[in-house]
Amino acid sequence: MFEGLLTITVFLPATVAILVTLFARGKEVDRQVRWISIAASAVTFALTVMVYVGYDQAVGGIQMVDYYERWIPVDALRSSYLLGVDGLSAPLVLLTGILGLAAAFASWRIKKRVREYFMWLLLLETAVLGVFVSLDLLLFFIFFEFELIPMFMLIVLWGSGRPRYSAMKFVLFTLAGGAFMLVGILAIYVTPDVGTLAMVSIPELGITGIPELMAGAKLALPAALIFGFFFIAFAVKLPLWPVHSWLPDAHTDAPTAVSVMLAGVLLKMAGYGLLRINLGFFQETQDFTIHDVAGPMAIIAAISVIYGGIVTVRQTDMKRLIAYSSVSHMGFVMLGLSAVGASAVDTSAAGLNGAALQMFTHGTITGLAFLMVGLSYDRTHTRHIPHLGGLWKKMPMIAIFFLIAGFGSLGLPALSGFVAEIMVFLGTFSVWPWPTAVAAFGVVLAAGYTLWMVQRVFFGARPATPGLSDQVYENLTDASWVDMIPVIILAAPIFIIGLWPSVVTDVFDIGIQAVLR
Amino acid sequence: MTVNDFWVLSPEIAMALLALVVITADLITRNVMKVLFITLVGLTVPLVLALNLWYGWFGDPVAGSALFGTVEADRFSLFFKFLLITVSAGTILASVKYIAADRMKNYGGEFVSLLLLSVTGMMLLVSATELITIYVALELSALPIVALAAIHRTKQGIEAGTKFFVLSAISSAILLYGFAYIYGYVGSTNLEMIMERLAVIPTEAGVPFGSYAVLLAVILVVAGFGFKMAVVPWQMWVPDVYQGAPTPVAAFLSVASKASAFAVIMRIMYSAFGDPSMMQDWSGLFAILAAISMTVGNVLALAQSNMKRLLGYSTIAQAGYILVGVASVPANQVGSAFSGAGPQGAMYYLAGYAFTNLAVFFAVIAITMRTGDDSIDGLKGMLKRSPLLASLLVFGILSLLGMPPTVGFMAKVVVFGSALNANLAWLAVIGVVNTVIAAYYYLRVIRMIVFDDPVETSTFSGDKPILVAAGVAAIGTGIFGLAPFLLLEFAESALTIVPGL
Repeated sequence: MFEGLLTITVFLPATVAILVTLFARGKEVDRQVRWISIAASAVTFALTVMVYVGYDQAVGGIQMVDYYERWIPVDALRSSYLLGVDGLSAPLVLLTGILGLAAAFASWRIKKRVREYFMWLLLLETAVLGVFVSLDLLLFFIFFEFELIPMFMLIVLWGSGRPRYSAMKFVLFTLAGGAFMLVGILAIYVTPDVGTLAMVSIPELGITGIPELMAGAKLALPAALIFGFFFIAFAVKLPLWPVHSWLPDAHTDAPTAVSVMLAGVLLKMAGYGLLRINLGFFQETQDFTIHDVAGPMAIIAAISVIYGGIVTVRQTDMKRLIAYSSVSHMGFVMLGLSAVGASAVDTSAAGLNGAALQMFTHGTITGLAFLMVGLSYDRTHTRHIPHLGGLWKKMPMIAIFFLIAGFGSLGLPALSGFVAEIMVFLGTFSVWPWPTAVAAFGVVLAAGYTLWMVQRVFFGARPATPGLSDQVYENLTDASWVDMIPVIILAAPIFIIGLWPSVVTDVFDIGIQAVLR
Repeated sequence: MTVNDFWVLSPEIAMALLALVVITADLITRNVMKVLFITLVGLTVPLVLALNLWYGWFGDPVAGSALFGTVEADRFSLFFKFLLITVSAGTILASVKYIAADRMKNYGGEFVSLLLLSVTGMMLLVSATELITIYVALELSALPIVALAAIHRTKQGIEAGTKFFVLSAISSAILLYGFAYIYGYVGSTNLEMIMERLAVIPTEAGVPFGSYAVLLAVILVVAGFGFKMAVVPWQMWVPDVYQGAPTPVAAFLSVASKASAFAVIMRIMYSAFGDPSMMQDWSGLFAILAAISMTVGNVLALAQSNMKRLLGYSTIAQAGYILVGVASVPANQVGSAFSGAGPQGAMYYLAGYAFTNLAVFFAVIAITMRTGDDSIDGLKGMLKRSPLLASLLVFGILSLLGMPPTVGFMAKVVVFGSALNANLAWLAVIGVVNTVIAAYYYLRVIRMIVFDDPVETSTFSGDKPILVAAGVAAIGTGIFGLAPFLLLEFAESALTIVPGL
């Protein structure tokens, strides 16, 4: 079975990237590369829309399968080229398409090494798409690791501040997590009763996936240990307290579009992994199941939310502030995941759905917030909050959309953040009342740091010792139409999902139900 | 000689004739560019003849033995012949600028001709199924390289040539000693005959290979080829020769010489000692060699400051990874499945490594020819000075390091997977630990190329032929990593030497 749509979607950005790098020459090369790359992102976005719309909700299950069994034709290694989407991955594929397009437009003003920049950005998009559609563990791992190279390059070469330090920290954290994951993959694979790398069952193809085979199997290593290996890898990436410290550095020093991609989709690879692997594989394993650790997960989630929120309040750098708020917000994903409960009876699908939706909404909201910080920084050349003030008069559009991102982030009804958070709280409260009650204060903190920042930066008077000279302040301009394109691309889903959540939640629910079996 | 013998040997004959044509053409034209052109066009002849033996374009495939069963054109040998011809074409392309340089003006034809003669020897070597023929082919492949290594007549070049010659002679002597033991014990030099006779000779219980004579013979043979494969503890010539010899020769040596030595050692082991109980014995021997080679090669590479020496140590480590595949024999397999994943993985690794290493070497050639500095520090900021060459180099190094999605990653996965399957989990673990050690020195080089400030600001690009050669090698590195089946299926159908498949 080979429908080809997913293969084309995944590899289109990379193909364009390589062709452009090899063949684009001449005087106008930067301008051409920019347009070609934006066009490639737009086509990829269209393809992801086709994937999302084409996913037949009435049928469910795994669809649009690209399967080539003899990808690695070695008897000792039964890995196949297996791509497919289900309800869990289809919205995330769409999210990647949206963010990819926004990031391409947001890179409009990149002047340095334009050709290389877009090559890495497009390769990054391929890697992320690959993670979401791979249904073979080895393939999943390859894409998961491959994403490091473009990310590293983008931060080091186009970053600001201490880019080498931040990029290295990011790579080392993720590589360490990846090493654990590889051991986990091998341990599952060498278990005699498993012996496959297929992450899901596809009856039409005669594929029995790891979740079925692992149920009741005698694993090569204790199930708790394998669970832990995957959990560490994804906790680093999510990131979860106490392994979050790479995130603020990487975010702060990365160029705007890369921060958008990092917050928007790269963190979601971890959430996706947690749902697909930690939740999907470990429900019926012998001796140990995910239910045994759902309680501690809820507690870590609550700590992440509150700790992330408190640290965020203390930040004076706009970008760092939003980066820390991600730690808090991704804590909600973990909290939703803990709604799996101490036993299968307790499981609250609403909480899990909330976790999935939180991933999607955080992608657009935080992506938008980073974008607005970037636009503001391009003009004022400072992100130091005490130096700013009264920018509203000079750049109303930027202020408005910054406010929208802020409201989304603190969970204002009618915006998508509200729906996701309310689902997480409702779903998890019945299962883990205390951690949920504690975590709910994260929303209060979010209101605090978001509104406080917006108030100080955009409204209010200019500070007594302003960071901007009067002349600079007077000459500030608002966002141009080119700047507004990615803003609109990211703001639209926030409203759409806020008003009409079922456009995404229905699909997520199909995926969650399938994972829960 | 019958007509069939001619067909079976046709690629080798064509290659030898080409070497003669080249040297004659060089005498007549005195124009090295024309000679190179003739060579590259001429290389298609042995390639087509080898393809014919595989696919049978000119009638039925005649694959079979020739010259009284001393050579065999089976698919296993053809797999390596394709590889050798490709590698020689790439090496010659990469040498164009090198040959055209002033100091090489009078030796262009000789350079190419000697290279082709060496390839002829290697092609014969991978086909040989008889000990004396193996020895003769081995000498034919090695002696031209001695001259090639010393072709510059600089102090370093002559040192490299002499070193290679002396160690090559010693290894041949050790090898012959081993062959003599085998002949003395079983009374035949034909590999198949050796296997038949060994099966009927009574064995001693508790002794590996059933007899100390055979054990000693196997150790001597492995030691003899150990020099050519460049595995520890027979690796000490590698860094010196790589550093002293012309870089294209080092590239050729690191790929072609290694591939043919691995091919012949696999053939000897599977054809003559392919009995399942013996397989387990030599599997253990290779597993130990693999572990030592990987570890020693990588640890010694950590302290290098010369790029060519670093690559020398890196090839020693890579030979160790390939040996993991050789050690993963079907006889040890977990469960009932009896598969050739180990040798298949080794062949895949060898072919992928050939593309990867050539990409790295060619980029290094192009860069050092321009800068004249082959220290690692000389590569600083190369991405700014020569973006294309530096990118090719970085991509090749990423593959040597085993970064997805390159062929280097896939080959490691396949080889380590086959080790797990062959009950050699400890070896797979050592392999994985080694890739982490290797990451340190490979990433250090990448860091210098990409992030450091250049020593000079002048920019440059390589000459066209070497860019083509390096580009093709890099494309192979990418394609065979993304679509491993292209090579693996090829290798699978070439597993004709493994008994029981």
